[in-house]
Amino acid sequence: MQLALTPEEAAFRDELRTFYRTKIPEEIRERTRLGAEVSREDIVTSHKILNDNGLAVPNWPVEWGGKDWTPTQQQIWLDEMQLASVPEPLTFNANMVGPVIAEFGSQEIKERFLPPTAALDIWWCQGFSEPEAGSDLASLRTTALRDGDSYVVNGQKTWTTLGQYADWIFCLVRTDPNAPKKQAGISFLLIDMNTPGITLRPIKLVDGSFEVNEVFFEDVRVPADQLVGEENQGWTYAKFLLGNERNGIAQVGRTKLRLSEVKERAKASGLLDDALFAARLAEAENDILALELTQMRVASSSQGGKPNPASSVLKLRGSQLQQLATELMLEVAGPDALPFEAGEAITSPEWAQHSAPRYLNYRKTSIYGGSNEVQRTIIASTILGL
Amino acid sequence: MDFQLSEEQVLLRDTTRDLLARAYDTERRLEIIDSEAGFSRDVWKQLAEIGVLGLGFEEEAGGQNEIQVVLTEVGRRLAPEPVLHGALGPGALIAELGSAEQRALLDEVAAGERLLAFAHQEPGMRGTHAPVTTKAAREGDSWTVTGCKNPVLAGDSADTLVVTAALPDGGTGAFLVDAGAVNRQPFRTFDGQRAAQIDLDAVACEPLGEATDASAAISHTLVRISSGLCAEALGAMEEALRLTTEYLTQRKQFGVTLNTFQTLTQRAADMYVSLELARSMTLYAAMSIADGDLDPTIAARAKLQIGRSGRHISQEAIQLHGGIGVTAEYPVGHYAAKLTAIEHTLGSSQDQLHVLIGQLGDYEIATVREG
Repeated sequence: MQLALTPEEAAFRDELRTFYRTKIPEEIRERTRLGAEVSREDIVTSHKILNDNGLAVPNWPVEWGGKDWTPTQQQIWLDEMQLASVPEPLTFNANMVGPVIAEFGSQEIKERFLPPTAALDIWWCQGFSEPEAGSDLASLRTTALRDGDSYVVNGQKTWTTLGQYADWIFCLVRTDPNAPKKQAGISFLLIDMNTPGITLRPIKLVDGSFEVNEVFFEDVRVPADQLVGEENQGWTYAKFLLGNERNGIAQVGRTKLRLSEVKERAKASGLLDDALFAARLAEAENDILALELTQMRVASSSQGGKPNPASSVLKLRGSQLQQLATELMLEVAGPDALPFEAGEAITSPEWAQHSAPRYLNYRKTSIYGGSNEVQRTIIASTILGL
Repeated sequence: MDFQLSEEQVLLRDTTRDLLARAYDTERRLEIIDSEAGFSRDVWKQLAEIGVLGLGFEEEAGGQNEIQVVLTEVGRRLAPEPVLHGALGPGALIAELGSAEQRALLDEVAAGERLLAFAHQEPGMRGTHAPVTTKAAREGDSWTVTGCKNPVLAGDSADTLVVTAALPDGGTGAFLVDAGAVNRQPFRTFDGQRAAQIDLDAVACEPLGEATDASAAISHTLVRISSGLCAEALGAMEEALRLTTEYLTQRKQFGVTLNTFQTLTQRAADMYVSLELARSMTLYAAMSIADGDLDPTIAARAKLQIGRSGRHISQEAIQLHGGIGVTAEYPVGHYAAKLTAIEHTLGSSQDQLHVLIGQLGDYEIATVREG
């Protein structure tokens, strides 16, 4: 047992710390830190700098641009990035479709898609959830029926995050409606968003933002060579993807930063001297520290790149603490939280005006990536044997 | 960074676990805690034989990580032997401050032949680092202490007391007191430990090392004991959750086992989350000490988490068992009692929060200190 980083790990951390703070433009990091909406351009710029330096997709196989890092190194890479307020590599590319293609795709599909995916020359979005298939994802109804060299896709996807920026969408589609089990007839299909028959409709969220969309498919002809892996094996690939998605979803570094911002503002307003508030903040800090240590333990014990069921703990607790941080910020804002997009002409500062929308927006964190109830079910069944 | 146990630590864990598993089941434990001494001299001797009672006294005798491993097993079995309060806790202070002659006492402690107690807590004292009101007085070359210490865990059967007292010229000293010379009123704690109130009326004592301010060493001891309490709690939490999941898969209602009901399994999953967070902080506290960082803030952080997790797990463990959970016959209630006792030993969760609030403005981000 050893708490300290090894000298090599410490050097690795220092190198990344310097890189993030010198190579990623200050104004992008500042916008990220303040939690203002990060534009497509900022994400692409940051992602490309990371990729040009071999730091966008370290979790991928080495031959496709990955790094042969230890889990602890992977963790340091992410923590330092979050602490430096660097926008993370686009998760749809780096954590979702990339690893699936690298693991299950043909050589041809790897060569075609992995380099532009790593470089963010293709912006991917995720076509999994449907209006009638949320937590029960396997009941999805979008169909893809084979017709010559194409699949003909019909149906609807929803909650498609940043679909408005996307060039391509990776979809779970039903290729065998007559399969004995609903999980058995599903395939993993890559679709160009410019294909005729696709319509995107934005969904306005409770905080006024546009993050997610509905995507409609009407007789969309998709070349059959855009199928990943084998037909009707998509559920296996989806489970692999969802397991990867949970890694890093705890957002420990980000939440720590948020809490430090809460403290800074509470100090400025004098609220930090209020014992009731201080107790809440001190407890939140302790909670995030406990989660950080848990994340370190999970990282140092996971082997062979297999998703560790303990990652459900990270997702569950991480989402709760992300939400808690927004709640505390709202408390600091007080009545200044009420004005919405009222600009700089009034006395309520912008950060305070952002606090309530963000609090409301962050209710999503315990829902996406497998709702917290799904995580509890995984813990109960996989870890506790219930 | 490495959270894995070494081979030696695994061996120590398994040896302790086996010893205590052989010694105790629920019924046998109840018999022993109802006996006159409240623990088994026989088990005490066995613990001495495997080296548990000398942990931490010398560098080669193992450090806080080993202590953590052992005390987790003590907590898992709810073993009534006062390993922490009757040997390792006060022993560490003797090891840190004592003269060569005084440190020789530790050989007897390690051999299971001398029991200690740390007489520090006083009536009305909250938190962990409050000043003591017991007073030390000097007359020529000899010293006396006067005051009241309560509760003193393991104070009922101790041969030697390590007493903290205010020095005449300021600061806090640590003194060895022959337990035979004090007025003590033994009692049981609600979780089956033994303890005593110690009344000191100008009792002869011997300064531990030099009669100078020992505040730093006392703080170190409190940090070590706090880490030990976390470890005991961790073992108790693990077992409470294990008992609960076992019960859920066996107990039937409405014709099916209880694990059929998501309202119960979802709550068991939350207990697991609490357990893992507690494990992380327990390891953090022990590993920090092992790295030489005896920071009261880290101790407060760990104990706050243990307090929160312990309360959550013990309450839910009873609730998920139903009525049987509050019987004396069934073990789970005893785990709840132990976890409750630990939360209220050396500062409650609220007391720990006070420690943390006191320095909230001094740093930007709470960070894991890497030794």
